[in-house]
Amino acid sequence: MTERSFPGYDVLDKRDTPSWNDATRSAIDARLAVPREPRFFSSDEFATLEAVCDRILPQPADRQDPVPLAAYVDAKIFSGQLDGYRFDKLPPQGEAWKIGLAALDHEARDRHNARFRDLSRADRDNILREMQQGRLEGDHWQGMPLKLFFMKRVVHDVTDAYYGHPTAWSEIGFGGPASPRGYVRMDKNRRDPWEAAEGKPGQEERALVENKHVV
Amino acid sequence: MSSDPFERPRAANGRAPDVFKTGGWIPMRQHRDVDEVDFAIVGTGAGGGTLAARLAEKGFSVVAFDAGPYFRPLEDFASDETAQEKLYWNDPRVVQGADPIVMGGKNSGKTVGGSMVHFAMVSLRFRPEWFKARSTLGYGADWPIGWEEMWRYYDQVERDLSISGPITYPWGPPRPRYPYRPHPMNAAAEVLARGCEAMGMKWTPTPLATVSAPRGEAHPCVYRGFCRFGCSTNAKQSTLNTYIPRAIRAGAEIRDLAMVGRIETDAGDRATGVHYHRDGQWRFQKARNVIVAGYAVESPRLLLNSATDRHRDGLANSSGLVGKNLMTQPNQAVYGKSKDEIRWNKGPPSLAITEHWNYDDEKDFHGGYCWMGQGPLPIEWAKTMTTSRGIWGDELRLAMQDYNYQVGVKMVGECLPSENNRVELADQKDRYGLPVAKITFGWSENDKALIRHALDQMEMSMEAAGVTDLFRQEEDANHLGGTVKMGDDRRSSVLDADCRSWDVPNLFVCDGSVFPTVGGVNPSLTIQAIALRTADRIEQLAAHGDL
Ligand SMILES: Cc1cc2nc3c(=O)[nH]c(=O)nc-3n(C[C@H](O)[C@H](O)[C@H](O)COP(=O)(O)OP(=O)(O)OC[C@H]3O[C@@H](n4cnc5c(N)ncnc54)[C@H](O)[C@@H]3O)c2cc1C
Ligand code: SF4
Repeated sequence: MTERSFPGYDVLDKRDTPSWNDATRSAIDARLAVPREPRFFSSDEFATLEAVCDRILPQPADRQDPVPLAAYVDAKIFSGQLDGYRFDKLPPQGEAWKIGLAALDHEARDRHNARFRDLSRADRDNILREMQQGRLEGDHWQGMPLKLFFMKRVVHDVTDAYYGHPTAWSEIGFGGPASPRGYVRMDKNRRDPWEAAEGKPGQEERALVENKHVV
Repeated sequence: MSSDPFERPRAANGRAPDVFKTGGWIPMRQHRDVDEVDFAIVGTGAGGGTLAARLAEKGFSVVAFDAGPYFRPLEDFASDETAQEKLYWNDPRVVQGADPIVMGGKNSGKTVGGSMVHFAMVSLRFRPEWFKARSTLGYGADWPIGWEEMWRYYDQVERDLSISGPITYPWGPPRPRYPYRPHPMNAAAEVLARGCEAMGMKWTPTPLATVSAPRGEAHPCVYRGFCRFGCSTNAKQSTLNTYIPRAIRAGAEIRDLAMVGRIETDAGDRATGVHYHRDGQWRFQKARNVIVAGYAVESPRLLLNSATDRHRDGLANSSGLVGKNLMTQPNQAVYGKSKDEIRWNKGPPSLAITEHWNYDDEKDFHGGYCWMGQGPLPIEWAKTMTTSRGIWGDELRLAMQDYNYQVGVKMVGECLPSENNRVELADQKDRYGLPVAKITFGWSENDKALIRHALDQMEMSMEAAGVTDLFRQEEDANHLGGTVKMGDDRRSSVLDADCRSWDVPNLFVCDGSVFPTVGGVNPSLTIQAIALRTADRIEQLAAHGDL
C-alpha cells in the first residue's frame, strides 16, 4: 500500500467558512489547545504511554506538529469523561492504563533489560502484538484480559484521539465539520469545491490548486 | 455562544429553550413539587416525549423529567464526533456475558429528547406478522396488540414527524404515501441498490425522519452527515424538536438535569410520585400516575431501585421478569473498497435499504433482518477497522487513507428473547449513590445463524456491486428492548397491552423496554406508535374512571 496524498489540503482552512459553526470552532479550538503535560499520569508513566501511542499510530517523521496522542489519552481520564460502559473484567480506564503501562515496562525489563520507551520500534511492536494475541503472562498484568485491554482500551483510546484530530482528517481527505453548509454533490466521483481533492498520480498539481480553493 | 447546558437547568422560571431560535425561549407552565400532577413521566425520549405531548394535549397535567440537559441544536451542536459525546448516557454501566453490549453512544442518549437526538432517523414499520410472532411464525412471543391497530398509529407518527420516503414502499401491506419526498441517494446508497438488483432483491430509498423540504421552522436536510452526533440544523425530526415543543405548548412541564432515583409507593400498591435529583438536591414530586420511559436499561434499573418491603424484588416485578429478556439487534456489516470515490460521509448514513429478508421466510432460522447503507465518520470507521481486522500501526494509518473509497452495508436484525440476557443491579454506585446497571448478554444459536446468513448475503451483494477488499464486521449490536415486556398474562409479562403494570395500576412503562420481540427493523417508530396508542388508551381509561 502506498500513501494517498491530498496536497495542500488542510481542514483547518475551512474554520471561518460556512462549514463550521461557533460550537464547532470552540470545540476544535479547545482540542488544539490540549495541555501537553500529563495531569493524570506521572511523568514516568506518560513517557511509556507516548512510546505506546507512537506505535499504535506512528506519524510521519517529517510532520511538524504531530498529534499529541498521549496528551489526549491523559486529558480524557483526567477530565473524568467515561465511556458509558465498563467490561466487567477490566478495571476503570485510568487504573487499567496504569496497570498496563507498568506491565509493559516489566515485559521490557524481562526481555531486554530496558524501559519500554527505550526499545526499538520492532521490539515495542513485538510486545504489543503479543498483548493483542493474549500471549503475555505474569502477575504484573494483575489478571487483566490482554486482548480486551489491547483492543478496547489501548487501541480504542489512541485511535479516538488521532481520528478526532484535524491533522488526521486532512491526512485521509475527510471533509471535516460541515454545518451549516453541508454538501450538495452526492454522486460518486463528485466533489464539492469545499472538499479535499486527491493528488492521484499525475494530478498532484491540479489537486494542489483545487485544495487552495477549499474554503 | 449560549450558556452551558450542563451547569444548571434551562427549563426553569416559566420558560424553556426555543430550539428553533438562537437564544429564544417559549413559555412553559410549571408545577410545584407538592402539587399532585396527573402524570410524572421519567424520560423524554421516543416514548416519554411523545407521551408528554399527547397527554398534555388531552388536558392532563404532566411533568416530564430527563436526567440529561436541554440542548439548543443550533447553538450547542458541533460537527464533531468527540465533542458530541455529550449527547450520550456516559454514566457507568457494567457489561458482561459472552457478547457484552457496548453502551454509551452506541446505544443510549441522555438529553431532553432522548436517543432520537442522535439516532440515524431510519423510520420503519414492523412486519405485521411480528405482532403475533409466536402464533403466526412460530418463535418469540405474541404482542398483546394487533398490527391493524398499530398501522393506524404508524400513520400518525409518520405524519407527526413528516417522514421523507418513497411513494410506494416495496414490502408489507399498503401504507399511505410518506408526507415528504424521498431524499436523493448518495453514492453509498447507489452501491446498495446495485448489489440488490444484481441479487434480484428489491430496495428502496429509506424512510427517514429528516425533512426533504422546509417544515415550519425546520430547514431541510443539508446532507452534512453528522446525524448520529446531533443535527445542528433541525432538519432531523427528533423528539426534541417535534413532540417536546408540542408538549410544552399544550401545558406540560419539562425538567432537564433531573435524575429520578426512585418511585415512591404507598402502603398498598399505588405509586405516589417520584424522588428526583435536581439543582444539587433530592426532591419529591407528587403524582397520581407515574410513567417510566428511560429505555431498556434505565427503566428496569429504576424499577429494581424502587424496591420496598412490599415489592421486594423491585416494583412491578411479581412476574420476576423486570430486567429479563434483554434483546439487542445484530448490527453486523460488510465493508469494502470501490474504485470510485464514494465519500460516504455525505448525507444521512442510510439513504437506501432492503427489507428482503424480513419478508422472505425461506430460511433455516427464526427471525428476519434488513440492511442499509452506511457512512461512518473517521473515529467510528477507525474503530470498525481495528476491531474487525485487528490492525493498528502503519497498516491502520494507510488503510484509513482509503476513507473516500470505502462503502458498505449494515444489518439490523432480530434477536430472540432469552431470560439469560438481562439487566440487574451492580454493586457499583453512580454519582447519585444509586446502584448502576449490570448488563449480561450473549447471542443464541439462532441469533448466530441469522447473523451468518446476513453476513453471507451482504457480502454477496457487495461483491455483485463490484466492491473489492471485502471484510466483515462481526461484532456489533444496537437498539435494546424486552426488559419490561408487555403481554396478555400477568405471569408471563410485566405490563398489559396499555403499558400498564399488572401489579401497580397507576404505574406505566412506555419505551423500548416494552417490546416482547424486537423484529428485524429499527425500533423508534414502533416505540412512538405505542406511545401514541398508550396516550389514547389512558384517555379512555380515565373517561371510564379506570385510571
Ligand atoms: C446511534 C444510534 C442510532 C439509532 N438509529 C436509529 C434509527 O435510525 N432508527 C430507529 O428507529 N432507532 C434508532 N436508534 C434507536 C432509538 O433511538 C431508540 O430505540 C429510542 O430512542 C428509544 O426510545 P426510548 O423512549 O425507549 O428511550 P430514549 O429515547 O433513550 O429516552 C430515554 C430518556 O430517559 C432518560 N432517563 C433514563 N433514566 C432516567 C431517570 N432515571 N431519570 C430521568 N431521566 C431518565 C434518558 O436521559 C433519556 O433521555 C438509534 C439509537 C442510537 C443510539
Ligand atoms: S445530514 Fe441532514 S439530518 Fe443529518 S445532521 Fe445533516 S442536516 Fe441533519
